[in-house]
Amino acid sequence: MTRINLIVDGAKVADDVEPRMLLVQYLRERLGKTGTVIGCDTSNCGACTVHLDGTSVKSCNVLAVQADGAEVTTIEGLSDGENLHPVQEAFRECHGLQCGFCTPGMVMQSVALLEENPSPSEEEIRLGLEGNLCRCTGYHNIVKAVQTAAGASNGARAHRADVGASTAEVTA
Amino acid sequence: MTAVQEQAASEIGRDRRRKEDMRLITGRTRWTDNITLPGMLHLAMVRSPFAHATITSIDTSEAKDATNVVAVLTGADLGEAQGACINAWAITEDQVTPPHLPMPTDRVAFAGEIVAVVVARSAAEARDAAELVDVEYDDLPAALDLKEAAEDTVLAHPDLGTNKSAFWKFDSAEAGTGGDVDAAIEKARGDGIVIEREYRQQRLIPAFMEPRSVVVDPTGEQITVWSATQIPHILRFALAATTGVPESKIRVIAPDVGGGFGGKLQQTPEEMIAFAVGRRLGKPVKYTETRSESLLSAHHGRDQWQKLTLCAEKDGTVTGLKVDLLADLGAYVSLVGGGVPVLGAFMFNAIYKFPAYQFNCQTVLTNKTWTDAYRGAGRPEATFAIERLMDELAAELGEDPLEVRRRNWITHEEFPFTTVAGLEYDSGNYELATDRAMEMFGYDELRAEQQRRRDAGDPVQLGIGVSTFTEMCGLAPSRVLGQLNYGAGGWEHASVRMLATGKVEVVTGASAHGQGHETAFSQIVADRLGVPFEDVEVLHGDTQSSHKGLDTYGSRSLVVGGEALVRATDKVVEKAKQLAAHLLEASAEDLEFAGGRFGVKGTDAGITMPELASAMFAAHDYPEGMEPSLDAEATYDPINFNYPHGTHLCAVEVDTETGQVQLRKYACCDDIGTIINPLIVAGQVHGGLVQGIAQALWEEAVYDESGTLVSGSFTDYLLPTAADTISFDVDHTTTPSLTNTLGTKGVGEAGTIASTPAVVNAVVDAVRHLGIDDITMPCTPERVWKAIQGVAAGGTTEGASMPHFDGDEAGTHSTEGAGA
Repeated sequence: MTRINLIVDGAKVADDVEPRMLLVQYLRERLGKTGTVIGCDTSNCGACTVHLDGTSVKSCNVLAVQADGAEVTTIEGLSDGENLHPVQEAFRECHGLQCGFCTPGMVMQSVALLEENPSPSEEEIRLGLEGNLCRCTGYHNIVKAVQTAAGASNGARAHRADVGASTAEVTA
Repeated sequence: MTAVQEQAASEIGRDRRRKEDMRLITGRTRWTDNITLPGMLHLAMVRSPFAHATITSIDTSEAKDATNVVAVLTGADLGEAQGACINAWAITEDQVTPPHLPMPTDRVAFAGEIVAVVVARSAAEARDAAELVDVEYDDLPAALDLKEAAEDTVLAHPDLGTNKSAFWKFDSAEAGTGGDVDAAIEKARGDGIVIEREYRQQRLIPAFMEPRSVVVDPTGEQITVWSATQIPHILRFALAATTGVPESKIRVIAPDVGGGFGGKLQQTPEEMIAFAVGRRLGKPVKYTETRSESLLSAHHGRDQWQKLTLCAEKDGTVTGLKVDLLADLGAYVSLVGGGVPVLGAFMFNAIYKFPAYQFNCQTVLTNKTWTDAYRGAGRPEATFAIERLMDELAAELGEDPLEVRRRNWITHEEFPFTTVAGLEYDSGNYELATDRAMEMFGYDELRAEQQRRRDAGDPVQLGIGVSTFTEMCGLAPSRVLGQLNYGAGGWEHASVRMLATGKVEVVTGASAHGQGHETAFSQIVADRLGVPFEDVEVLHGDTQSSHKGLDTYGSRSLVVGGEALVRATDKVVEKAKQLAAHLLEASAEDLEFAGGRFGVKGTDAGITMPELASAMFAAHDYPEGMEPSLDAEATYDPINFNYPHGTHLCAVEVDTETGQVQLRKYACCDDIGTIINPLIVAGQVHGGLVQGIAQALWEEAVYDESGTLVSGSFTDYLLPTAADTISFDVDHTTTPSLTNTLGTKGVGEAGTIASTPAVVNAVVDAVRHLGIDDITMPCTPERVWKAIQGVAAGGTTEGASMPHFDGDEAGTHSTEGAGA
């Protein structure tokens, strides 16, 4: 057993884990973070994608001990508790999910993609999601959701730049 | 009054965002594998590595000694308690059906079959100990190739004496629905056109994203089973019928289920074993498969050889169609089993006016994973065959493929139309859908570009593929199923509960696993009861709350389950009307119902549905002779199928130097009748398209010569990614179905059915000028390249199919993949 300390969705956690335990198993079985799911055993499907220190990783491909000292964000920690993350909102708005099993990974990968490239072309979106499989949507609406999220963020940024001061007053 | 006016806007047809999504996008989900119970034990399966072998011994001692292992059990240990896996559809009375034990005791019939189960305190320990179970096998010869198996050269089940399970025939002359097909073919050989082909429907794997999982809790009076299944009701029946546990002692729950596509339309050995182990140990148990186990042992789909003869007049008017199928059942006759190709039997004639038709199907047992329904189930295979043939007829005539279709399809004035297969198509407008698809696609411009590139000798050629389709949706009128010897009916059940607070609970026997029933059904109920969409809660997938149901498959949920819901809702309105009349002191005839409110005509007096629900809950004042309840239920048995149709157009670019196929454009116009929610419909079409395109271009379950599945992981079984696919142009024409109140038709399978032939037709069209008239699916770069290099290398299947119906032509082995 190895002791690990890490931050998961903003909370400090510590556990003794078997060295072979995968990060996804740790999240699901020890922390009850069942929002992150396991879809394959060859790291092809991406359903288990989470953020490890701000980078998207397939959590079936990371040992829990490798996450020692790191900060992990899962689908359950993406929204601030009141408001959905713009990517979550866009998936709902664009019907970018059906059965929803790939969705946690798909959303987490899309967030990472947009952080790297806030205005991706359709091709860049498709290439950026290549490591995440979906069997329901045919990807059409997932691509649209990412485009919508990109547009919303860009629009929001532009809006803030234009009317920054007055917006602050209104919200205050 | 404002609220009433808002309600006046119809919910049906609105692109409501889904109720299901909030929990799914935030990870607040209940997949079966998420369920943990106190004291729960975990199962791991020991599976046969051999396709066919006698089990000579199983030594479990070392595994039993391992730390935290609770039990190791074999089929012999479980005995009759393990029950059996059932076949619900013996397609003929003399069907040969091997017994199917969840864990066989003496012989395994496919690689992946379970021979022992390990029970441990954790899943990892169970899996570790499974490695310690020592099974001795005596390898037996395996029946692997479908065509060879049909010759009985090697027997999949030696005791049965044959691999031939059932032969099913439909002949239009015998049925009185058309002429004699052999006479039509004979005539065409003299003065018409005869097209003979053999096509391969490769074996596919449904590959739902959520691996199957089952939790059994035997504590308490009822045994509770959670399962990642499409069919909780059918599973409960099968558990009871084969184990002797009373049905009333079993509760099956399908919680959030991550896709199915037919792949979770099964009563699985894993479910049966978990049930038996849970009962035996008296502790909750869980089994969740790995992806490799899923690909290996969850049922596969398709896997047919199709010999086809189409005959026509010189002018291209079709005169007959003869179909001869070999269908690979795999090692066992599964739940639907040979019924899958039979579902296709009525669809080969498609939208065309064939005067004569014959369908023959031989189902065959082999030592491979069992097959069953996969999205479309029989109808994609049929549509592929006819739509490939119509293109071949067009090529023979030197005509545009849409023109030859136009000449032969049923025109919109001709509905209702009784087909040569004996079905009555109630409505449709093929002209309209085709015109719209051509307009969206830019058909003429693309044809012009194709010609330019052909003339210029462009190494990258453009191909344009056409497919029309219709399908029979809404399984199914129970009387028809009875005639086909199916073991159950095709009805669906719904109930509506009017809660005291004015909220509405709807219980459906359909069992969603991604379709969006909670949203679409809420829209229907909101419209009919005049209550807010948000106030409707749809409950499903739990046999305790949804006590009656036949579950979700065959594009049936809306057209059958939705109609049951309409009828239950209408009964609620009828009861509410009596109560309203009583409370308003008016005659029922003087009431009008609009926007959820009963008003007395010509006055301001009225009462709303929530007020009535509340009044009936109190039950202080209600009509004499009436029960104090507004709740109602309905069981609906459809009177006919419904027949969505559509026209799909696909453009591909084929690199003649590498064989690479690139999707360029895809446009389709489907007529699915009245649309409840266009957003959900578009999603169904997109997803269906990609599954159908994947059959055309990428997916194939491949076995090696010893019967090992070599495409047994996601690195080997080629599920398309976002980078492989394109965005689609999707539109609809609306010819309401006449066989249900809402005018709806099924949409779940449409995209899959039409897209496969559209893509293959496009690939062949791109290289037809090089002398190629077929490329076997999936049209991999290697196969396309080989076809271009020389017809003999796999570009045609004509040699394999002529003369038609001679037994011993050299077709390519199904285990190797034709054209390779």
